[in-house]
This record gives sequence, C-alpha cells and structure tokens, in this order.
Amino acid sequence: MHLGESMRECEYSQISTRSSTPMETPYKKRTPKRKKWETFPGRNKFYCDGRIMMAKQTGVFYLTLVLILVTCGLFFTFDCPFLAQQLTPIIPVLGGALFLFVLGTLLRTSFSDPGVLPRATPDEAADLERQIDYVANGTKGYRPPPRTKEVVINGQTVKLKYCFTCKIFRPPRASHCSLCDNCVERFDHHCPWVGNCVGRRNYRFFYMFILSLSFLTIFIFAFVITHIILSSYQKGFLTALKESPASVLEVVVCFFSVWSIVGLSGFHTYLISSNQTTNEDIKGSWSSKRGKDNYNPYSSGNIFTNCCVALCGPLPPSLIDRRGFIEADAPQMAPPTNGITMYGATQSQQSHMAATTPLLQQHSSEPVIITSSPENGTSLPARASLTLGGPCSSLPLGQPTPPTSTPSLSCHEATDMLPIHGHALNHTHPLQEQAALHHYLTPEEVPSPPGMLHCGSPLGHSHTVQTSFYNPASQDSLHEDSVRGLVKLSSV
Amino acid sequence: MAETHSLQDLQQPAVSSKVFVQRDYSSGTICKFQTKFPSELESRMDKQQFEETMQSLNNLYAEAEKLGGKSYLEGCLACLTAYTIFLCMETHYEKVLKKIAKYIKDQNEKIYAPRGLLLTDPIERGLRVVEITIFEDRNIGSGR
Repeated sequence: MHLGESMRECEYSQISTRSSTPMETPYKKRTPKRKKWETFPGRNKFYCDGRIMMAKQTGVFYLTLVLILVTCGLFFTFDCPFLAQQLTPIIPVLGGALFLFVLGTLLRTSFSDPGVLPRATPDEAADLERQIDYVANGTKGYRPPPRTKEVVINGQTVKLKYCFTCKIFRPPRASHCSLCDNCVERFDHHCPWVGNCVGRRNYRFFYMFILSLSFLTIFIFAFVITHIILSSYQKGFLTALKESPASVLEVVVCFFSVWSIVGLSGFHTYLISSNQTTNEDIKGSWSSKRGKDNYNPYSSGNIFTNCCVALCGPLPPSLIDRRGFIEADAPQMAPPTNGITMYGATQSQQSHMAATTPLLQQHSSEPVIITSSPENGTSLPARASLTLGGPCSSLPLGQPTPPTSTPSLSCHEATDMLPIHGHALNHTHPLQEQAALHHYLTPEEVPSPPGMLHCGSPLGHSHTVQTSFYNPASQDSLHEDSVRGLVKLSSV
Repeated sequence: MAETHSLQDLQQPAVSSKVFVQRDYSSGTICKFQTKFPSELESRMDKQQFEETMQSLNNLYAEAEKLGGKSYLEGCLACLTAYTIFLCMETHYEKVLKKIAKYIKDQNEKIYAPRGLLLTDPIERGLRVVEITIFEDRNIGSGR
C-alpha cells in the first residue's frame, strides 16, 4: 500500500514542521511534571499537594467540626474552671484528652484515602472487554447484558459486578460511590459528616471517631449537668443557669447528639463484631432471611477475632498514588489486529476508541456502555458528548479536576495519614510501558468522534491506531507521547 | 524523519501485546492472583516458571496481609500513639510491598527480560492485575 506509505511520509514531514515545541529531543525535554492527584478522575478534592483527600461536598464536615469545637470550647471555658475547683482537675484533663482523640480520628477519617480503587488502564479495559464479548457472544450491537462474574468464597457464591465507570470487576465487598465517583474497597457508606467515604482504609478511624465522640458527648453532658446541679445548690437553679448560659447550649447539643452518636456506635459495634459493612447490612446480603444456607463468608465466626481484624489488622497502603509524578514516557502499543476488527465491526465505537487509543480518557468515551448499567447507581457527569469542533485546548466542562480548589484547611502535617507512595514505587523500569498512566493525563482531551478512526486498515502491524487531532501544543505533558503517536500514525 | 523512526525503534522495543492476570477472589478479599498459565505466553516461557513466580507473589501478599500477633501489636501500638508512629516507621504492609517490588525486579532481570517479557508490579495497577508486557521478537524481522 505504497500510497498509504507515501501519505505516511507526508504525515511525518507535516508533523515535524507544524508543531511549535522542539521535537528533536523528545526524550530529553523535561516539561514541568504534574502530580497524579491533579488528574485524578474521581470527584474528590485534594489539599496539601495531594496529601489530603476528601469528597467534593464538604459543607457538612465543617458543620461537624464547628459543633465539636464550639461545644468543647464552651465546656472548657465555662464549666471546667468550676468543676476543676469543686471536684477535681482530672476532669478537664480527661476532657481534653478525649477531645484531642476525637479531633484526631475525625481528621484522619476525613483526610485519608478510604481505599479507592484506581480505574483500569485502557489496555486492561480492552482486555476485559474482549473477554466479556467473547463470553457474551452474539449480543454485538445490542444492549450488552449486565456483566457479572461469580466466585465462590468460603462456600458462598458471591457475584462480582462490572463497574462501567472504572472498567473493572469490583472485588468482593467493594462498591462504587456515586458521590465520589470511585470504586471503594470494602465500602461501608459515604458519610457527609466526615466529608468522605468510609471504606477499608479508614473504617477503623471512623469507628474510633464515633466511639470516642459518644464518650465525649456523654462526658460533657454528664459534667455540665453536674455543674448546673452543684451550682444550683449554692445559688439556686435559675441563678446558676443565668450565670452560665453556655451550659444550656451544651446540654441541648449533647442531648440530641447522644441519641444519634451512641446509636450509631452501637450499630457499628454490631457490624464490626459480625464483620459486615453497612452496605451489606442494609441490603441484607448475609441475612438468613434470604435463604437457609446464607451466611457471611467473611466472618471468622468469633466476635473477638472479627473485632481484631477490623480494628487492629494491617493497614493497606493507598492504591492511588496521589503524589507521584505523571510519567510521560511510553513505548508504543501495537494493538492486536483481531481486537481492532472486532471493535470496528461493533456499534460500540467508543469502546473501540478506548481500546486502541491509550491516550484517550476512557470515561469520556463510554456512553454506549453506560446505558446498560442501572445497578451502578452512578450519575455520570455529562461528559459523554464527544464534540467534533474543538478537541483540544482548555479543560472541558464536566471533568472534575480537583486541583483548582484552594486549601481552606490548614495542612495537618502532624499526623501522617498518607501512605507511602512518594517513594520507590514510582520508579520506572526503562522498558516499562507507561502508556497506562496516560489516562490520568488525558481527561482534558476530548476526542473527536470515532468515525475518524480507521480501524480497518492499520498500515503495518506496529502502527498504533491513534487519533490525529491532538493539538500537540496544548498539552505539554502529553507532547512527548503525542509526538511518538503521531509519528507512528497509521490513520489518515 | 526516517531517522526518527528508526531511532525510536532502536530505543524502544515495540510492545506486541499485554496479558493481564486477574485476581483470584476464591479465598476472599485477600490479595491473590490467578496462577493459571495464560496461553499467550506459551511460546515464550515455561509454565512451571510462571506458576512459581505467581505462587511466590501470592505468598508475599499473604505475608503482607497476615493477621497475627505481630500485626495486632503494630495496630495497637499505632492506635496508642495516634498513628504518629507511622511518621517514623513503615507499616508492615509497606515493608512487604518493597520486598515484592524487589522480587519482581529480580524476576524480570533473570527470567522475563531475556524472553522479551516484562512483569509490571501489581501495585502500579492498583493490585487489580499482574500485567505482563510481551515485546516484539526482534529476531524475526523488524517492524512487523
């Protein structure tokens, strides 16, 4: 196909003159590196250069913080002097310790990664799609069936669901949080009071928060009542109330909190002892009502063991490398030809794009698949529309990039709630294929519709089918890779 | 331009395909990968060796997630110090992850790279898969 090849030659020369940035040393040019949290696909906010991770809506968290701070502040200011004098100074000390513990666990719960599962790389997603299509033979062009996999765990059959947003089969007990748009391991629930999801990595902090908060609430309630009573012996009830109006406020707050917080602590104590998540309990997944043989395969059967596992078990590190740098180097991927023809034949062109163009952000190209995932429960942002007109330049709307939010909280560097990733895990093997990491880079790129991709005629086997509509100048960090992609361009 | 093309070829062997070894959830939520030998690797390496690698990886991950006296002690100590202890020391899990990274690097150097394969550390894929990159075999003509 020499015509194609001569066109390829033309393409080469066009590219080399057109682009503005120097292309002679694509490997040596070091553009300012961005950190991975800046291009995180979920709906999260990051602070302190990726150290702190929270949900998007944090209003209620601030309310929690204010309530705790104000109530404790009033307690220490108005009630403690009296109590320390009349009873014992241990009271404010104990109160102070409890307060600090509550605050510590709250911040730890709110700021840490709950156990978010990173989204599949384009290659992985393509591989899974191929496997699924192979299994669900003959449903091409139609609404694909709900994708589930069954696995037997400890004698119980568990269904693993496919997450259309993250393009993975969710591990058992994982769930997709629609508010944060992430799959979270051992998903318990999304707690607006702490402004974060509660999952595998922060469940123990959450539990300790509500437990210690229950103690704190009861403590304050009890001692404020004591203060008022002791005061009224000396001066009379009304005078006592008039002298410390703050106490009234504290009593009211504590009274209402006690019921909810203590109740919640009790509920979670039950969950921990039976090794269930809130999600499972609400759905009744392991309830005996579902069937005689239905039992919880994760429970060890022993309450003490279950508690130990939940609270003192090993703390897994964060799977999303927030503070690592986005790597721009990537060897080219020659997609398997059978994959291309298969995708070319199906209606789901978007999935084809996702499969063969690792540089494209997947979740902007999945409208066809999305429609068949009601169980996902995700409300997908409106970024499925692929615009023809302007594929490049600025960030498109709907891409929830977190970094523009300014840190409104002081950086809590005292407690290192961030796991590890800054270090060795980020080194790259020279041959290592880093194209996978590109899906973090590419949300800004809205690809042109798949019609422009000529999947049926890859010129030469080692050429990748990539879009040619990138404006290389728009994304510095993509530039090296786009250069390589364009050089190996096979589509016209 | 022709120079660029061949220069790139020389510098980076083209990736011919990737194989993904998925997680094995039959033992619950612990990190364990399937040990089944993928058919795409049949021409490149020994089944035995592959299974050995996977088994060792699984054992290492089991060690990381092991529940025992040591991990409970670490958990309790961490709780008592309000988790500030992790500012100074690594968690047990992290230590084992480092061990795993070293093991994979070792395996790559000794067994996989000579066969034109590359194992990617699962932690870089969120512990979802073990990605095995199959590079084009340069011995059989170039630029397939």
